[in-house]
Amino acid sequence: MVKAKQTSVPEWQEHARQVAQGIRIRVLEHTINKNGGYLSQACSSSEVFAALYTKILNIGPSQAPMVPLPFPGVPSADNDSYFTGVGYNGPKDPHLDRFFISPVQYALVLYATLVEVERMAPEGLAMFNQDGSTVEMIGAEHSPGHEITAGSLGQALSQVAGISIGRRMKGETGRNFIFMSDGEFQIGQTWEAFEIMSFNKVDNVVIYVDVNGQQADGTTKDVLNIEPLTQRLEAFGARVFKVDGHDLDALAAPVQLEPDGRPLVILAYTNACNNIPMLEQRRPKLHYVRFKSETERQTYADLLEEWQSKEEM
Amino acid sequence: MEILQKVHARHLVEWAKDKPEVLVLSADLTSNTEVDLFRDAYPERFLSMGMTEQNMMSLAGGLAREGYFPLVHTFAVFIYRRALDQISMSIAYPNMPVRMFGFLPGITTPGGATHQAIDDIGILRVLPNMTILESGDATEVEQVLDIAHTVPGPVYVRQLRGAIPRLFPPSIPMRLGEARELRRGTDIALFSGGICTEEAMRATQILEERGVSIQHMHISTHKPFNDPAVVEAAAQAKYCVISMENHTTIGGLGSAVAERMAEAGVGKRLVRIGLKDTYAHGASRPYLMNEYGLDAIALVREVESVLSTNLNISESDLAEVRIEEIHSEAKAEAL
Repeated sequence: MVKAKQTSVPEWQEHARQVAQGIRIRVLEHTINKNGGYLSQACSSSEVFAALYTKILNIGPSQAPMVPLPFPGVPSADNDSYFTGVGYNGPKDPHLDRFFISPVQYALVLYATLVEVERMAPEGLAMFNQDGSTVEMIGAEHSPGHEITAGSLGQALSQVAGISIGRRMKGETGRNFIFMSDGEFQIGQTWEAFEIMSFNKVDNVVIYVDVNGQQADGTTKDVLNIEPLTQRLEAFGARVFKVDGHDLDALAAPVQLEPDGRPLVILAYTNACNNIPMLEQRRPKLHYVRFKSETERQTYADLLEEWQSKEEM
Repeated sequence: MEILQKVHARHLVEWAKDKPEVLVLSADLTSNTEVDLFRDAYPERFLSMGMTEQNMMSLAGGLAREGYFPLVHTFAVFIYRRALDQISMSIAYPNMPVRMFGFLPGITTPGGATHQAIDDIGILRVLPNMTILESGDATEVEQVLDIAHTVPGPVYVRQLRGAIPRLFPPSIPMRLGEARELRRGTDIALFSGGICTEEAMRATQILEERGVSIQHMHISTHKPFNDPAVVEAAAQAKYCVISMENHTTIGGLGSAVAERMAEAGVGKRLVRIGLKDTYAHGASRPYLMNEYGLDAIALVREVESVLSTNLNISESDLAEVRIEEIHSEAKAEAL
């Protein structure tokens, strides 16, 4: 696929927009080819991932091979060849940021992002869910762009709190970004982590939440309402910004502020059908898209073709 | 027999003095788990986590990823029951060197079923990468820190507090994965762990006087459990093998001994002394040990049953073996 290449000196927003559309194209293409995929997650979070990897994160160049290595075995005292996928997010330097993904069913979106920002080769995405590959369907810590074992949901934030406290004790200045899903705010451990972070004034943590209002059983407000999320988080001592999750400037702005002793939360309110209006017909079940008929699949294939031809213009 | 107080509390402060990478995490049970002296000595290395055990386990995993050695302290039940998923995924899977100190093992507390860790070894033993240690006396309460520190992955320590007897001389150190031979004999092979070892030592003295020769091995490493001395002892036992533990008989020491015997083809009868697939209740430790058959007389009765004989040993005979200072100074464990 020929990419719309950068001309003169583009604003970062233009690049991020291209990356976001590239993520959607790659995830849509995958969903059509495999007759299933986490498509709505790409619709809701493409701008968040694009903004993170093109503007927000202060990370160095990838340390990992463009084509991901095969599964190295699980961690153990006997496994010297074990690695995590952290290398795709650059070196672990004291002054650099780190990035962690909590809802690892978004792994496909992260992989697509890594391809778009040229940290992983497109061949890597083709390894998705292939036996023996590290590019697993539900991202594991050996998967590209991943560093920790995030499941079951709700555990990653506490681990990142520990990493952040540890980095602060070592005098490291880099910040620790975590991408979370809104469903995780139903989980007790999430709130335990906020208690600990605000009590310890952990302000080197930045939390992006994809508030798409969707979870496996349907809409969050019908499964177990989490609103008013801003007030709940503020009551737990967080510094909260509620933004349009498809607005790149709004997503990037809060990170420019000086830390003030509170964990920073950006609630990115998003539309899980953004840019693909026909997904609306599938509401309220958007967690995993599997086409119901060949006709439906073809409709999406037509959209993909339309998008791809625009990219090539 | 010497009785010591607050062994872990004092030893930890000394041990951690030159180890700046060692942190202590406590979940609102700081003096109860004897880390109050550490907190006072090194406040910058002490993290008060409140009652957030699930968060505490994952957070400890995060600290370990940054090169620290988090020593998590709380009651054992709040470790493996409350936060098993977090232990499994945030700590054990990535093989993080988090050390979990679980207090109030088995029936050592009058706190009842909610506080009694009767199934911790069984539950944690099935986790890959996990090392499991248990202290049986003051020497092990001290030396277990060094042993745990040599392990590159997670360690669960079944730890004792309060008044603790010194059964083993510090000059004969605790070793990872090695059983401690306490008595040599050929009639019966006896494997005991934790507080049951003191009870067993009381019984084996009289049993030997009555002509029963016992190979008594104290177990302080529950996992890995592959000391060849265990299989050798079981293989040479003339009558039977006995396991004795402050834990349910399912999944703990008795099960581990059974597994090793079966794997090695040792076709001996195995008698498992422990909680017989039951929860316990709140009462004093001696009362519960007697009620559930974990004490010296329980061992005597099992030996008599195996040998189909009456050895004329009474509870008062065993009480005489007991060194009185132990139980006059050792008050029942409070919460």
